[in-house]
Amino acid sequence: MRKLISLLMFAAAFGAANAQDKVLRVVPHSNLSILDPIWTTAYMSRNHGYMIYDTLFGTDEKSQIKPQMVESWKLSADKKTWDFTLRKGLAFHDGKPVTGEDVVASLARWGKRDAMGVAMMGFVDKMEATGADSFRISLKEPCGFVLEALGKPSSNVPFIMPKRIAETDAFKQIEEHIGSGPYVFVKEEFKPGDKAVYAKNAKYVPRKEPPSGSAGGKRVYVDRVEWNLALRDAQAQVNALQKGEVDIVEQPSFPLIPGLKKDPNIVVYNYSPVPLQYMARFNHLHKPFDNPQVRQAAMAAFAQEPFLRAQVGVKELYKKCPSMFTCGTPYASSAGSDIQAKSNMKKAQALLKASGYDGTPVVLMKPTDLAAIDKLPDVAAQLLRQAGFKVDLQAMDWQTLVGRRAKKDPPDKGGWNMFLTAWQGPDIWNPIANAALDTRGEASGWFGWGKDDKIVELKSQFMRETDAAKRKKLAEAIQARAFEVATHVPLGEFDAPLAARKNISGHFRQTGNFYWNLKKN
Amino acid sequence: MLTFILRRIAATVPVLLIVAVLVFLVLRLAPGDPAAILAGDAASTEQIARIRTGLGLDRPILAQFGIWIGNVLQGDLGESFYYKTKVATLIGQRLEPTLALSTLTILIAVAVAVPLGVLAAWRFGGWFDRALMGLSVLGFSVPVFVLAYILIYVVSLRLGLLPVQGYQRIGDGFWTFLRHLVLPSVTLSVIYIALIARVTRASVLEALGEDYIRTARAKGLPEIRVLVHHALANAAVPIVTVIGIGIALLIGGVVVTESVYAIPGLGRLTVDAVLARDFPTIQGVILFFSFAYVLINFLIDLSYVFLDPRIRY
Amino acid sequence: MILGNWSVRIGGGALAALVLIALAAPWLGTVDPTLFDAASRDLRPGEAGEITDLDGETMKHVFLMGSDSFGRDVYSRVIYGTRVSLLVGILCALLALSIGIVCGLASGYLRWLDGLLMRFMDGLMAIPAILVAIALVAMWRGSLATVVVAIAIPEIPRVTRLVRSLVLTIREEPYVEAAIALGTPTRKIMFGHILPNCIAPLVVQATYICAFSILVEAILSFLGVGLPPDIPTWGNVMAEGRAQFNDYPHNIFFPGVFLAATVLAVNILGDGLRDTLDPKMAKRV
Repeated sequence: MRKLISLLMFAAAFGAANAQDKVLRVVPHSNLSILDPIWTTAYMSRNHGYMIYDTLFGTDEKSQIKPQMVESWKLSADKKTWDFTLRKGLAFHDGKPVTGEDVVASLARWGKRDAMGVAMMGFVDKMEATGADSFRISLKEPCGFVLEALGKPSSNVPFIMPKRIAETDAFKQIEEHIGSGPYVFVKEEFKPGDKAVYAKNAKYVPRKEPPSGSAGGKRVYVDRVEWNLALRDAQAQVNALQKGEVDIVEQPSFPLIPGLKKDPNIVVYNYSPVPLQYMARFNHLHKPFDNPQVRQAAMAAFAQEPFLRAQVGVKELYKKCPSMFTCGTPYASSAGSDIQAKSNMKKAQALLKASGYDGTPVVLMKPTDLAAIDKLPDVAAQLLRQAGFKVDLQAMDWQTLVGRRAKKDPPDKGGWNMFLTAWQGPDIWNPIANAALDTRGEASGWFGWGKDDKIVELKSQFMRETDAAKRKKLAEAIQARAFEVATHVPLGEFDAPLAARKNISGHFRQTGNFYWNLKKN
Repeated sequence: MLTFILRRIAATVPVLLIVAVLVFLVLRLAPGDPAAILAGDAASTEQIARIRTGLGLDRPILAQFGIWIGNVLQGDLGESFYYKTKVATLIGQRLEPTLALSTLTILIAVAVAVPLGVLAAWRFGGWFDRALMGLSVLGFSVPVFVLAYILIYVVSLRLGLLPVQGYQRIGDGFWTFLRHLVLPSVTLSVIYIALIARVTRASVLEALGEDYIRTARAKGLPEIRVLVHHALANAAVPIVTVIGIGIALLIGGVVVTESVYAIPGLGRLTVDAVLARDFPTIQGVILFFSFAYVLINFLIDLSYVFLDPRIRY
Repeated sequence: MILGNWSVRIGGGALAALVLIALAAPWLGTVDPTLFDAASRDLRPGEAGEITDLDGETMKHVFLMGSDSFGRDVYSRVIYGTRVSLLVGILCALLALSIGIVCGLASGYLRWLDGLLMRFMDGLMAIPAILVAIALVAMWRGSLATVVVAIAIPEIPRVTRLVRSLVLTIREEPYVEAAIALGTPTRKIMFGHILPNCIAPLVVQATYICAFSILVEAILSFLGVGLPPDIPTWGNVMAEGRAQFNDYPHNIFFPGVFLAATVLAVNILGDGLRDTLDPKMAKRV
């Protein structure tokens, strides 16, 4: 027995040896399962990417594209050749320098998976390394969004990986996790569903500018960041934060935020310069939402306030937004939105009657395990019923919903009619990124498969247009048309602030969850 | 003895095989597409189809079963769809918390329940006996998670005595390890205490009616000696048996307790895997639990030889 | 004789009261348990608020047990939840019993089937019940039918074993042997002679299955793999309240009390029945 005790004391002493290290204990918003941010669009994989990889460009808090790994760049007079030079001293975690070849291979892989990447590759003639620290992108015709694509802050982000890793098939997951970013992934300590550990990359050279969004200097003031992946219960997360067992909770549950604000040891910080947006999505392939008039009736029934009040509840965290592009960003407008904003239940009932709706039940999918959106479907069901729809509200976990929404079958054969979701601002703030505006019918990349040739045509003009004012006009025209044919329904915007212990400082405005610039006292 | 052991081992093989077939069929016949889950929120239909092919999910069910069972027989539980890690590795990582939780739970339960049961049998029909019997029915009836929340509320939040959540590995220091484990174990042990106390009481009661107890008492042995050395020793077999039967109950309780207290054990792994349609992991974990159940009951059968000299195999 | 037992009186009486509550749910001052009004969210027990019906009419309502984070009436949900819990308990017991009886009779009587069937039951028994239920419900989408089947299946082996052991004992009895000698058809011997002798222990077993099923249903709902969350069940009410337990414990407290009381009543009834119907078994535990 004594032997056992001394053994345990030894273990305790050993465990305490690293105790002087500054460890940032974080509760992320979800579980981290996939370590390849190009292979999946999951936000957790993106956040993991920002820990260990670096990007060519970043997007600052004012939505401006700023250089990150790139030192300088030049566009030829015919607007078809882009030349980029990398910063000095960039190196991967294995010590090898970052070269133009690494960049080209990384962009090629990303260009096969990301919606914007695929769009950009349509313009690209070829990409090549022009020196150890430079590369060139040659276009077939001028393209208006090269920098926007390279600096896009959200999934999929064009992270730069070593060439040998980036040459992995884009549809297979990478198995090595080496980047040139501010943290090194500690693979030995990664326990799926339990914790992920990132150690400070001592050799990382940050930019001089202050951090802003995904741009600016990525300075690290802690030794380790530990993501607690086991702590999933909303109340338990907040309890642990208030008792000081963790330092940061990425996404505390809305109803608990007012209580956290009153706690003198806690800071509630709204890190995102742009809000998130809720959206109801129709399945355009099947009855009843194959009929645009029926979709309009549903749109008229969906006032934003009931959704926001039920789901978010805390007044200062939500606001109505008429635009399909994130409010407060360059392309946001109220073009065409009257059909939703100036309508009411009476109008919805009339529209539905006029549409010839025959009582086909609406199969509405409800995720039960996603606290940020799980109340929306109940509100939608109640409003649709009041408008005169028959509703079949089907509950399932998010994973099942994700599987089911990919099915094009009719609703009675395993398909669906409607689901609701939330988007981070940057994912929907322009017509190319906004997946719900992909209106190529069954060929569309996103679920719902809306078909409208006019939007397709307007979008292709938008992609080629390089003049900012004209692009804005085109974005308005796209939105007006999207409201007219009711591709989907925007349901208002909300903030999802983080909560941290008071001794954590250095928070800054960002569009993801970034863990540089934070100090722990 | 040796033949008994060999016969018992031979008998477990078909049991485990049946478990394997059952689990495989239940999962593969069910709706839900792991490929779509893996692909993420903005994946296209075509991307999902490619992933499905990559996982081998487009092959016939029989072929999938053949491949899987062949690997299992070679000790390979396969690779998790979701985590891209060997299932055996995942189970290994999650084993410690679950093992620690279960062990402490049984220790607490036995330490509390056996004395209570003996006392109740000794004062058969008295107020203590009745109170204990009543409370034990209550112990069966209160759901684990309700109890968990009451304990968290009172012990951790109001009194601030213990941490509200989490698990510390034993390597990180024994005291933090124990502090994190006490509340979940107490929560989980209540139903076990009820079960073991009842069985102890019944067996001791039965033993007390036997001739040799009367003889012992007649010889003027102190009552405590009679109770512990004679009556309790005879009650050992049923008590151990009920612990074995209760293992299934315990595993169920572990799933809930780990979920409430955020303990990264096998129970959480199972729930996460089920929600993610992570077939290899669900199959692996259930097979593992069933194996543990069969193994523990096998060991308990063996232990009878030591507990009761009358039993010979 | 049965009613002379205090456990039967208490357990049976409490259960009868719960059945009455379940049947009379619409007349006990409840509203439609799925209706909500975001203006009435998170009310404490006894507070007044408003609730909107499907025609869009808003009415005043006192929330006896408070409201949840949708603004639904917890009292109405708990009262209607009684229906679901009792239904699940009874259906599970019936299903497990009927399949178990058939398997047990077959196994005890038909020697050639015995080995195969019992190995199958051993396999089923080796999988922890809650894991089976979680996997089944999560895979097949929660509905009353799936939940009942998922909870009942792991109970079948126990019933089968009980019936089988009873059959093996009873078939040695002289009157059964006589019936066999007289050439009575197997089916008639099984259901005419053997089954009636199994009834007492089976009734006792049924109450325990019923109690356990009610608990498991609540656990499944609580873990998010049970009946759809808009259906009012005690587990669902608690799962909904779990996110705000510190501030609004009423969401867990009230359904928790009802759940514990119901399981307790069924268990006490089972103990009483066992003591009166099956004295031999009473001695065993």
